[in-house]
Amino acid sequence: MSATTDHPIEQVGGVTAKYVDQRLGSNKFLGRNLGKVFPDHWSFMLGEIALYSFIVVLLTGTFLTLFYDPSMVEVVYNGAYVPLKGVEMSQAYASTLDISFEVRGGLLIRQMHHWSALIFVAAIAVHMFRVFFTGAFRKPREFNWLVGVGLTALALGAGFTGYSLPDDLLSGTGLQIIRGILQSIPLVGTWSAFLMFGGEFPGTEIIPRLYAAHILLIPGLLLGLISAHLMMVWTQKHTQFPGPGRTNSNVVGYPLLPVYMAKAGGFFFIVFGIIALIGGLVTVNPIWIFGPYMPDQVSAGTQPDWYIGWLDGALRLMPNWESVIAGFTISWNVLIPSVIIPGILFTALAFYPFLEAWATGDKREHNLLERPRNAPVRTSIGVVAIVFYGILWIGGGNDIIATTFDLSFNALAWTLRVLLIAAPPIAFVVTKRICLGLQRKDREKLLHGYESGRVLRLPHGEFIEVHQPLNYKELAVISAKEDLPVLPAPVKTDSDGVRNPHYRVDQLRHKVSSFFLRDNIERPTDAEIEAGQAHAAHSAALEAPLNEYELQDEDPVGHGGVLHHPGMPLTNQEQIDQRQQ
Amino acid sequence: MTALTPTENAPDDHGHSAPAKLGYSPVAEIPHRLRVTDTDPKAARRAERQVAAMFALSMFFVVLSVAAYVMIDKTTVVYIPVLGDVGASNVALGFTFGIAVLLIGTGAIQWAKKLMPDVEVVQERHDMVSEPQEDNLAVANYERGKDESGFARYKMIRRTLLGALAFFPIPLVVFLRDLWVTPSGENPTEILSNTLWAKGKRIISDGTYLAVRPEDLPVGGLVSALPEGLLEVQEEEHNLNARGKAAIILVRMDPDQIRSQQGEGWDYNGILAFSKICTHVGCPIALYEQRTHHLLCPCHQSTFDLADSGAVIYGPAARNMPQLPISVDEEGYLVAVEDFSEPVGPSFWERDRA
Repeated sequence: MSATTDHPIEQVGGVTAKYVDQRLGSNKFLGRNLGKVFPDHWSFMLGEIALYSFIVVLLTGTFLTLFYDPSMVEVVYNGAYVPLKGVEMSQAYASTLDISFEVRGGLLIRQMHHWSALIFVAAIAVHMFRVFFTGAFRKPREFNWLVGVGLTALALGAGFTGYSLPDDLLSGTGLQIIRGILQSIPLVGTWSAFLMFGGEFPGTEIIPRLYAAHILLIPGLLLGLISAHLMMVWTQKHTQFPGPGRTNSNVVGYPLLPVYMAKAGGFFFIVFGIIALIGGLVTVNPIWIFGPYMPDQVSAGTQPDWYIGWLDGALRLMPNWESVIAGFTISWNVLIPSVIIPGILFTALAFYPFLEAWATGDKREHNLLERPRNAPVRTSIGVVAIVFYGILWIGGGNDIIATTFDLSFNALAWTLRVLLIAAPPIAFVVTKRICLGLQRKDREKLLHGYESGRVLRLPHGEFIEVHQPLNYKELAVISAKEDLPVLPAPVKTDSDGVRNPHYRVDQLRHKVSSFFLRDNIERPTDAEIEAGQAHAAHSAALEAPLNEYELQDEDPVGHGGVLHHPGMPLTNQEQIDQRQQ
Repeated sequence: MTALTPTENAPDDHGHSAPAKLGYSPVAEIPHRLRVTDTDPKAARRAERQVAAMFALSMFFVVLSVAAYVMIDKTTVVYIPVLGDVGASNVALGFTFGIAVLLIGTGAIQWAKKLMPDVEVVQERHDMVSEPQEDNLAVANYERGKDESGFARYKMIRRTLLGALAFFPIPLVVFLRDLWVTPSGENPTEILSNTLWAKGKRIISDGTYLAVRPEDLPVGGLVSALPEGLLEVQEEEHNLNARGKAAIILVRMDPDQIRSQQGEGWDYNGILAFSKICTHVGCPIALYEQRTHHLLCPCHQSTFDLADSGAVIYGPAARNMPQLPISVDEEGYLVAVEDFSEPVGPSFWERDRA
């Protein structure tokens, strides 16, 4: 410890650090990592929200286990909630009522648990969008994308199992639907349903079983995968957006201690505090209104938690196909929307990074994020998925929408069915066009600077529009674009007449590659950019005497910016070239 | 400066010295606008006070929170504009605790934004790929392990080990078989195909559990009903399984309006009995429009025409709602003529073999 620190707290810290270090060698780790640099961007917060809401879920969930009783034994309610006095209900439902009405703070914790679970899934979804649209899943981060897909599935599982535990009328109806879905699976479905429910629906086993999954199995897996997720982020270092001084081989941002720790730690408390406020002020899942579960009762306008809405919508929009083949029943009307479509979506999600890498032939490490416009096909595929999901989601609320806006229910459902098929391709084309348009705009800016909107008349009578050179930040961001060539078409037989054994695969790969890459607005060369910017500077200089006064007010340098060297940062291509030399 | 951050570079113009050799390099020539707190000691002290005030307020709200826990009765309901009638305890606890936690967060962020350096720094990355000597070491260790264990040489050991590892999880899966043990040796198909209904079983109304006479039901009316003796069965089986299958709805319409039925004369003077469990995924249905005789499932909006054999006229359900043939007994109560002729509820693989 240094002699200059004599504050008692720092001394204790030093002594403790030494004590722990002698036993764990922890200072090696701290020395390496306390100064670890994390790049800053608002969208990097989304994953943090997911992590912090998960911690809140764990804390509040642990509290709830102290009071909740996962038993389906029927009891007669005699608690504080008067309207249900004397009603027969399961012990699970009765104990949930007790948590809500008898335990001080119980309702708050229950509502915080539910809200943070909803926020957890929402944050995961938006975080995944960010990762997808910026290409953060590219090498070397494919494994972490897979872990993320696993986490998403587990989060849905955690939500579903938890939703069912109060054993109220709404959650029981959800279980009934799950039973119907399980039974639709060919060959093993009926038996699976009987094994899961311990016999016929509803039985008396399902709540304790879901409870075990909800508080032990799923959180255990979530914790394990979240640890892996974070460790990979730590080792691989976080990706960063292109900007001045930011290259593929560095990371620009704030060191862990103190800035990042204060910001991230502070943000945890902000997420926690907001969830507590929402839990106190906004009712969620008022199970006392729905009443206990009865298999022959249901309430109109039933809605699942938001993240299950799309599956419910798929069930609603599906045509009523069922076939009997060789005496066996296949319920396509249930199987397709609730088993096959989610299966395909999750599989596609998991395979996407590998598909894209195969199609583009890109084997480099990518630590610099790609702007969505610079990968038009990827961006369009993402938008297609969101549109598809969104329509199913709207479908999940079609009864509410129809009654709220006084629409014909059948017309609405048919509109959604048509849109489900027609809207994704339209979304693809429109998104791709927008991306390419933005790319053209970027190219213009690189070659000619940006249009200042000011028209000048020169002494000899010529009119020009003044183009301003880009500021160094924008220049760095825009010029970070990378162009990838379409993979060449394979030859069927080489010059010696030997047949190419991989011809068909290579031909397919060429086609997919062309689908991904053929429409691309090429980035100008560095020389062109330099010339373009110089020209813009020249044109701006003509005007300079006129607006010298104005320019004084402009701050050419952003707040907290970084610049390694004035002028152009190295592009990725230059860095690759440099390293190869 | 402490010796923990040995400085090689002189402190820059706003007092941040650049630490050297700590894994990242500071960027020297940053065009960087200083904050007020960097230049004005008064502003810096003000920021310090703001942060400390937030932390102190946080403690205050924790005290309030505990006070609310102790002092507010859990049954008190108060009216709060926008929120409506709400539990006082819940709102007070959520608000005070939420603000307390939030203030820690805002304090920390304010501290970071106003008083900690706002200069970004640079650190180099390294490719994930291992160095050749590390590769070689891994390969050498693997080869040594393979060699020393004789995994490659002892073919028999290798194969039996792989076999044993493949076999050992089998019991773990087999043990799951008793997740469901059937007491009577029935299989799922039989269980799903039979309900409590039988010849002569009276129909009782849900809620009152009293037997229903035809004259209790006006034309256009609908009653949710169950088989007689259901409560006793529930008591005996300690579950709601029987109810989940046997629930029916009775509707009465003008006999002339009945266009078709699933069996000849299955109605009684215009009273029809249908299963209440949707043939799509099993939600109970009771949204009935008497003018059109349509029955709508609230879950996925399958719509059935009860005047036309319970046929699906819209929605994802593929099958008619099963009809229960009914009649009256000598005392004039409605009874079932027999059990449903097909399994009720959602379809399943073996359904058409039932």
